[in-house]
Amino acid sequence: MIPQEILDTLIKQFPGVTFELKKAGSGDPSILVPPDRILDVSRFLRDDDRMAFDSLMCLSGVDYTGGRMGVVYHLDSMTKRHKVTLKVEVSDDQPECQSVESVWKTANWHEREAFDLFGIRFAGHPDLRRILLPDDWVGHPLRKDYELPEYYRGMKVPY
Amino acid sequence: MGLLDQRFENGNIVISSIDSLLNWARLSSLWPMQFGLACCAIEMMATGASHYDLDRFGIFFRGTPRQSDVMIVAGTVTLKMADRIKILYDQMSEPRYVVSMGSCSNCGGPYWEHGYHVLKGVDRVIPVDVYVPGCPPRPEALMEGLMKLQEKIRNESLVKTA
Repeated sequence: MIPQEILDTLIKQFPGVTFELKKAGSGDPSILVPPDRILDVSRFLRDDDRMAFDSLMCLSGVDYTGGRMGVVYHLDSMTKRHKVTLKVEVSDDQPECQSVESVWKTANWHEREAFDLFGIRFAGHPDLRRILLPDDWVGHPLRKDYELPEYYRGMKVPY
Repeated sequence: MGLLDQRFENGNIVISSIDSLLNWARLSSLWPMQFGLACCAIEMMATGASHYDLDRFGIFFRGTPRQSDVMIVAGTVTLKMADRIKILYDQMSEPRYVVSMGSCSNCGGPYWEHGYHVLKGVDRVIPVDVYVPGCPPRPEALMEGLMKLQEKIRNESLVKTA
């Protein structure tokens, strides 16, 4: 299935939810999903026989600047041999989005990474804590407004 | 016994100074601590393996800081790792030496500007005896660094300086 067909199926399956097809500069377009519906949509995409997205290849955080942040989901179906990209947009002052950990277990560490580096909170995640940076780190370094600390545990950080 | 073999007329007494004897013993069996932090560690392992063969210098890796004489910091020192490196260095018994291998460990390397998580030089947490430049350094470069360290040890002295 191509993204347009997947979008049409989603619109039929979830009446009242606004999806949007986002054109990419190159490659396939992606589907914009509201942050409070990503869990339902993910579960449908995994369980429906026409979709069968059995693999979450990658989950990424994005800081688009201008108050917008996002999460990007790259899904793959090994049985149907098709792929789709889902996007969720959140605001940067309260970046919160549903966790898809209960759908694809691999999302556990991916969501922790997005939380660690972007500060995006995933509601329903069983163990949302830092995964790469030390536990006592302050801030989320991949945000565009991140400012480098002068010292970390007595060690000078800037060059 | 190599150098000393068949050299004695009678008896077996060698006259030497404590300094040269101790220095010779120390520089001929430098045991580095076995750990690596990034791609430099791959070069370090290649240097230790048969083709470059660090064993011929009396250098072989030990699995614990308590049996190690030298720490080869091979790779990117993240701030998270820097704490651990300091602890490991403190656990080594004296005399102890540090070889900083590669650009990351020397000064932060490619992470010097935007590496929020990288310590810009391991010499910010522990004293370094020899810096080996390169990204990563060739095995020949690491061996030269270790030979520089041997040179340094050869010129050490127990004599009290005024």
